[in-house]
Amino acid sequence: RRDVLVLTPWLAPIVWEGTFNRDILNAQYVQKNLVTGVVTFAVEKYVQFIKGFMTSANKYFLAGHQVNFYLFTDNPEQISHLQLAPENHLFVIPVQNHTRWREISARRMDIISTYIQSRFQYEVDYLYSIDIDVQLFEHVGVEIIDRLVGTISSWQYDTRRESKSYETRAESRAAVPQGEGDFYYTASFYGGSVAEVYKLTRACFKGIMEDRRNGIEARWHDESHLNKYLLSHKPTRLLSPEYCWDADR
Amino acid sequence: VISSRRQDVLTVTPWLAPIIWEGTFNSEILDSAYRPLNLTIGVTVFAVGKYTRFVGRFLESAEKHFMKGYRVNYYIFTDKPEAIPHVQLQPGRRSVVVPIKKYTNWQEISMRRMEAINKHIAETSHHEVDYLFCLDSDMVFHNAWGPETLGDIVAAIHPGYFNVPRSQFPYERRSSSAAYIPDGEGDFYYGGAVFGGLVKKVYEFTKTCHMTILADKANGIMAAWQEESHLNRHFLSNKPTKVLSPEYLWDDRKPKPPVIHLVRFSTVDKNYKEIRD
Repeated sequence: RRDVLVLTPWLAPIVWEGTFNRDILNAQYVQKNLVTGVVTFAVEKYVQFIKGFMTSANKYFLAGHQVNFYLFTDNPEQISHLQLAPENHLFVIPVQNHTRWREISARRMDIISTYIQSRFQYEVDYLYSIDIDVQLFEHVGVEIIDRLVGTISSWQYDTRRESKSYETRAESRAAVPQGEGDFYYTASFYGGSVAEVYKLTRACFKGIMEDRRNGIEARWHDESHLNKYLLSHKPTRLLSPEYCWDADR
Repeated sequence: VISSRRQDVLTVTPWLAPIIWEGTFNSEILDSAYRPLNLTIGVTVFAVGKYTRFVGRFLESAEKHFMKGYRVNYYIFTDKPEAIPHVQLQPGRRSVVVPIKKYTNWQEISMRRMEAINKHIAETSHHEVDYLFCLDSDMVFHNAWGPETLGDIVAAIHPGYFNVPRSQFPYERRSSSAAYIPDGEGDFYYGGAVFGGLVKKVYEFTKTCHMTILADKANGIMAAWQEESHLNRHFLSNKPTKVLSPEYLWDDRKPKPPVIHLVRFSTVDKNYKEIRD
């Protein structure tokens, strides 16, 4: 792949199809006996996406490796029986619903960091947060595993919109000054080592709460805070927009 | 659309390790990430027999170009401590002479480096440095060598073989050697003159290489390019996390091709016969 950027200016690889050999990576990964966790939220009407997400993720997400799915939902009874691969596990965790989408997205950061501290750090080495309304159609493998991983939003490539969607109002904790910013990352898929994801989610939640106290809400909610964080804590690996499955927002 | 600054070369290996070429990185961003970590970088150089004559120029050029702004410890392994010249170093940088035994022939001297480095890490340098580079002494720095080179396991592409097909790599091809790499296998041909990484990782792979060298010795075989062959065998199964382009290991006798924008570290012209006794 000579046509695209495969390395950031700080030498983090940008993962595109054609840049890596999954067999080599699998061989390296298998040696390490790692467990990866996936955190996802299905609250209110998003419950309808559970089946599609779990079926496709079970088939395509780190296939052949041990994955723990942590599904936070306000409707645990609604979950029909899902047949999972023997190396995968599903843990359903009940949560309260909230009236507004914005509230839920703020709460996600808090829930993730809290659960990392109380539980996930003992059960997984790497953790990824993935939106429930995502369906995988291709294998997503160990090329995504690294300490701090962000996915470049496919929106960045749409020339009809503004080139970047950062929060620009200085009053917000998520503000990115004019002219700054490396990439625009999507909140629908990010992760890394449990320690790094803990720091990220704590920082983002802190920023969200501070904004709330100051009566401001960032333009793209938790995604704005995520982008602020990844500007000053540069990801060690980026996933290309091929990994961003936001069909529409 | 974001496009690559270097479309003429491979900048990422198939296992997603960066390959460092001029134009692929931003030194400012890297410095702002690495400087606050207060790292100490170690360098081992071997100056045995007549090789002591290279140390002065090596150190002077390193002071100008190697890891500027970082703490550096130079470990000079020699059988003739008194022949090592005193070179004025920048603040935060120091040099230490490590006395070693001189072996009878140059191949033996070369191969015993792995053992010496490994032993020294265990006894001394693991307390003192975060990263360690093992460099040949008969070389000179010409341009900046900075934190873009830091990684867990770092190897450099040999300047003679970066543009040739894999079948021509001078791997050890005899299956009786522990450094054997069969036809059709291999990623790159790495040079033995430059390798490094986290001190813990360097400890591990110098130990492994020394073991495979000893195994060959017991079987009465010496690999085609001594420890370089063993290093290549090791890096095939334990892939480097960062690969340095031939900018970091150049041979001045070769004409500079267009892909080499900058030569950072290269050989000093010398008469091999005379030097090797």
